[in-house]
Amino acid sequence: MSEPNAAEVKERAAEWLQRREFWNWSEADQAELDAWLAQSSAHEIAFIRMQAAWDRTQRLGALRKPMREPQRAARMRPILLRVAAACLALAVIGAASAFYLSHTPEKTFATTIGGRETLKLADGSVIHLNTDTVLRLRMDAHQRHVELLRGEAYFEIHHNAAVPFEVIAQGHRVTDLGTKFLVRADRGELEVSLVEGKARIDASEKRDSSHSAVLSPGDVAVATAGSLSVVRKSQTALATELSWQRGVLIFDNVTLAEAVGELGRYNRRKFVIADPAIARRTIYGAVPATDVDAFIRVARNVMGLKVEQKNGEIVFSQ
Amino acid sequence: MVDTPDKNRDKSGETRPVVRAAVPELRAWFAREVLPLEATLVQFLRRNWRDKGEIEDLLQEVYVRVYEAARRELPQAARPFVFTTARNLLINRFRQQQVVAIEAVADLESLEVSADDPAPDRAAIAHEEFRRLQSAIDRLPPRCREVVVLGRIEGLTGREIAQRLGISEAAVSKHLTRGLSALSDMLHRDSGDGARDE
Repeated sequence: MSEPNAAEVKERAAEWLQRREFWNWSEADQAELDAWLAQSSAHEIAFIRMQAAWDRTQRLGALRKPMREPQRAARMRPILLRVAAACLALAVIGAASAFYLSHTPEKTFATTIGGRETLKLADGSVIHLNTDTVLRLRMDAHQRHVELLRGEAYFEIHHNAAVPFEVIAQGHRVTDLGTKFLVRADRGELEVSLVEGKARIDASEKRDSSHSAVLSPGDVAVATAGSLSVVRKSQTALATELSWQRGVLIFDNVTLAEAVGELGRYNRRKFVIADPAIARRTIYGAVPATDVDAFIRVARNVMGLKVEQKNGEIVFSQ
Repeated sequence: MVDTPDKNRDKSGETRPVVRAAVPELRAWFAREVLPLEATLVQFLRRNWRDKGEIEDLLQEVYVRVYEAARRELPQAARPFVFTTARNLLINRFRQQQVVAIEAVADLESLEVSADDPAPDRAAIAHEEFRRLQSAIDRLPPRCREVVVLGRIEGLTGREIAQRLGISEAAVSKHLTRGLSALSDMLHRDSGDGARDE
């Protein structure tokens, strides 16, 4: 339900494979393929599937022209290894060995810019990491403790009163009371959106009732160093905030400046709005989070803007 | 039912995040154990889901779930794991739609997912393989077949194929893409036991 159209993904996988097998293939092409594979499991699977069919057809060629095939076959290995390395790096930066040693109770998980990762915990809880996020997890028989060091994560927590689940971020504490909630740490501010169930937020790590609130579905709490405020959002607005889980950014009447800022969280390329007048124009729609070109097409064709790429920057103007 | 969360607990009873399978191992496992089930899986989905236009998307979703679950821990037996995943997905979909096709649920409930389900006979499949490959190539549209044969069997590059046939490189690229995509469906879905899409 949340994945891209299967027929299109299959087509793309076939296209990548033939490009790699029959045409000049550069480092840049490989990087592009790696990025595509890292975008979603669906992409990765479609490629494995296409590759498997392709490998099977080798038998046909080998029977007729045994001399030609080994070279092609030999090329596959480093590429696969490189893809594997890229995926691993994406999933477990700085923690690769910890995975296999597995007895350390504390682990760090990270995603790169544009990356996304789902952690399924042994207690049935699930944590989705958004782009450019670092999170430290400590779990044992008595505690389930997460420190969100950077970025954004969505928590679907199996409630267990005996082993509370808590998230610490920017010096604030969120405690699960049976919940799905989104936590985003951004520029000294912590935003907690409650999707389902109940959670408690303490605006400091000390439990101090003067700066705490119990959130119900739709509540969005914003905590800064000195304040805690709670507003109510519609389910639609919450769904919009969670659209990154599907690799999509939904812009619901946000300014171009905001949209570009949001897109910047998922992409390494820099965006510049050359003209202050257009920064305030609002847009509405959905774009793939890591497809800058799709956004450029929207800006050009829908907003009628001029978009130029120079010195690695993408410049928007009238 | 096949994998229980309890497997992820230490003997001490400590709860901990799960160790992942290394990516190359995971990919190899998926190609070796899961892809050969595609013909039967597609058949199962078609039998239980009314909208035939959604089969590809359902298949993709089953694969994604299986793959992501296997990334945490490889299931001991792929076949029951894959079909349990497919069944759970369909049940969820029925719930979401709040429309339950009675016969579909009956089929789902009666589906055998025991671990000792006989695996396809790999030796027999290998024996059939060459004939199946040829038949798959033969069923490609004419131009597409020509391009694929020149590329895969004669070993020409894309540029060489374009020159040989006097067509543009873009056209060669398009034929190859279409040919590979069609071959992947034929090779993964035509099983020796007559399981075949309409």
